[in-house]
Amino acid sequence: MEQSWKQAKAAFAAIAVPPVAWLVFFFLVPLAVIWAYSFGENTGPITIDFTGTFANYARAVEPLYLQIFLKSLIVAGITTVLCLIIGFPVALAIAFASPKLKAWLLLLIMLPFWTNLLIRTFALIAVLREQGYVNFALEWLWNNASGFMTLVGLQPLGEYEPLTLLYNNTAVIIGLVYVHLPFMVLPLYSALDRMDRSLMEASLDLGAGHMRTILMVVVPLAAPGIASGILITFIPALGAYLTPDLLGGTDSQMIANVIERQFKRANDWPFGAALSFLLMYLTFIAIAAQAFIQRKSERRG
Amino acid sequence: MAKGKYLTGASRRSLLKQFGAAAIGISFAGGLSACGGSGGGGSTVNFYNWDTYIGPTTLDDFNAATGTSVNMSLFATNDELFARLRAGNPGFDVIVPSNEFVTRMAQAQMIQELDHSLIPNMSNLLPEFQDAAFDPGRRYSMPYTWLVLGIGYRKSAMPAGFVPNSWRYLFDSPQFTQRIAVLSESADLIRLCAKYQGISLNGIPDANLTSIEQMLIRQKQHIKAFHEDDGQDLLASGEIDIVLEYNGDMAQLMSAEGGDQFDFVVPTEGTLINSDCLCIPTGAPNVAGAHAFINYLLDAEAGKKITEEIQYPTPNAAVAALMGADYQNNPVIFPPADIMARSEYGAFEGDDRARLYEEIFTRISAA
Repeated sequence: MEQSWKQAKAAFAAIAVPPVAWLVFFFLVPLAVIWAYSFGENTGPITIDFTGTFANYARAVEPLYLQIFLKSLIVAGITTVLCLIIGFPVALAIAFASPKLKAWLLLLIMLPFWTNLLIRTFALIAVLREQGYVNFALEWLWNNASGFMTLVGLQPLGEYEPLTLLYNNTAVIIGLVYVHLPFMVLPLYSALDRMDRSLMEASLDLGAGHMRTILMVVVPLAAPGIASGILITFIPALGAYLTPDLLGGTDSQMIANVIERQFKRANDWPFGAALSFLLMYLTFIAIAAQAFIQRKSERRG
Repeated sequence: MAKGKYLTGASRRSLLKQFGAAAIGISFAGGLSACGGSGGGGSTVNFYNWDTYIGPTTLDDFNAATGTSVNMSLFATNDELFARLRAGNPGFDVIVPSNEFVTRMAQAQMIQELDHSLIPNMSNLLPEFQDAAFDPGRRYSMPYTWLVLGIGYRKSAMPAGFVPNSWRYLFDSPQFTQRIAVLSESADLIRLCAKYQGISLNGIPDANLTSIEQMLIRQKQHIKAFHEDDGQDLLASGEIDIVLEYNGDMAQLMSAEGGDQFDFVVPTEGTLINSDCLCIPTGAPNVAGAHAFINYLLDAEAGKKITEEIQYPTPNAAVAALMGADYQNNPVIFPPADIMARSEYGAFEGDDRARLYEEIFTRISAA
C-alpha cells in the first residue's frame, strides 16, 4: 500500500521546503510586486504610489490595446495550428521509428533548443533576407532555368528579383513556428508513444483505412497530448517579443512589445504591469480550458 | 586607419551587442556585489558604458597612470541604463547617459553633483560644451561625445547625382517605397517629423502631433522596418537603401571595407542632436576614483585614442586639435555649420510626454 505523506511529515517537509521557498521568493513575491504595481500611480520618474486605482486597467482595455491583444491572439493561434499540422506527422513518425532512430530523431528536435533564441533568430534573418540563402538558391535556379530557355531558343527570363521574406507578418509566423515546433512535437510524441498499439491494429484489422484510423483512433487517444501541446505552444507564442521585434515589419507589433516599451521607454511600470496581468489572465483561461479538456477525456477514458 | 576594423563591431547600440551587453551585465552584477562590500573603494572604478565606445587601451592606460583599475560593463540603450539604476545604484561609479537622461536622472536624484575642482581637464572642452541647457552649469555631467541623426543611404540606389537631403524621403514620400527603415524610438521619430514640418522639436503642439501621427500612418506602407538602432546593418546587408541612423554609426560603416558605396547626409531641415555624458550615479562606492577617471577621459591624449577608435564627434577642443584632417574634415562626423545651426537638442519634457510619444508610436504600429 502506498504510504501517505501524512505519515512522514518531516521527510516530506525537508524535500518540499527548497522548491516551495524557491517558488515563493523567485516567482510569487516578484509576481505580487508586479500585481501591486498594476494598481499604482506614477508620482515621479522613479516613484510609484500604490493607490489601488483601476486607471491602468481602464487604459489597458481601450480599443487600441484590445486590438493589439486580438492581433497577438490571432498570430499565436495561427502559429499553434501550423505547429500542430507540422508537428503531428513528425511526432507520429518518431513514435513509430526504431528505438535507435528514435533517439536520433528526438535529438534533432531538441538540438535547436540548445542554441540561444537570439542566435537562432539571427540565423533565420541570414536565411530569409534578400541577400540570404533562400534567395541565393532561388536565384541559382532562376538563372539556370533562364540559361536553359536560351539554350532551347526561347527568351531568357530576365533579371532575378529577390523575394521579400523578412520584415512582415509572414516572417513573424515563420519565426514563431520554427521556435515553437519542439514545444508541440515533444508532448505529442510522449502521448503517441504511450498509446496502446493493439488498438490501432484492431482498427486496421476491422477494415478502417490508415487515414480513418488516425482520425478516429489515434487522435482521440492522443487528445490530452494534443491539448497540452497546443497549450505550451500557444502561451509562449502569445507572449512572443523577440521574434516580432526582429523579424516583423511596421505592423507586426505584438502585445509583449508594447509591454516591454512600457517598462523601458515609456517608464510607465504601472501600465506595463496592468497589460502584463491582462496577458496573464488570458493564459489562465487557456490553462483552464486545457484542464477542462483533459478532465473530459479522462472521464471518457 | 585600419580598414575593416568596424565591420563587425559596427554599432554602439546594435542588437547583437545588446545581447552581449546583457550577458556581460549579468556576470558583472555578481562581481559588483562581491567587490563592493569588501573593497571599501579606492582601487577600482566601475564604469557602465555603451559598447564599442572606448579606446582599445584607455582602461589599461588609466590603470598604469593612477593605479586604479576600471571594471567596464555595457548597456545598449538609455532605457536599459535607467531601468538598471531605477531601483538603486548596484555599484557603478561612472555612467554615460545621453543629454535627456542626464536631466531625467538629475531630477530623480539618481546622479550626484560633480566637483569641478577635481576635473581640471574640463578646460579642454569647446566653449559651447562648457555649459549645457540640459544641465545648467554642468553640475551633473561632462560631455563625452555628441551625435546627430541623419539619413544613411546606398549611393547606387539613388538617381544620378541625387542626395536624399530632406526628411521627406523617410517620412512623407513613396519614392523609396519598401526600401526605407527608420529608428523605432518614438520620441526621436516624432521630433524629427516636427523638424520636417519646420517647427521646433521641443514643445510640439498637439495639432502637429496629430498631423505627424497621420503622416507616419500614411507613410507606414512604404517603410520596411522600424529598426532597433541596427539600421546600418540593414543597409549593409542590402535589405534597404535608405535609413535613419546616427552619424557615428554611419561613419563606422563607411570606414569599413566596402563602405564607400554608402553615404550619409543630415537633411537641410536640421536634426536632433544628442550628447552622451559622463556622470556619477548617486551611491557610487568610489566617488574620488570616478572624478579621476572622468578627468582622465577628458585628457587630450587619452581622448585622442578614444576618438580614433569610435569615430564620434568630440566636444573636446584639445582632442580635436590632435586629430588628423581625415577626422576634422569628415562631413559625416561634422555636418555643415548651417545645418547644425538649424538643429536642436531634445529636452527632457517630463515622463508624461515620453508616455504620450510612446502611445502615438503604439497607435502608428497598430494602425
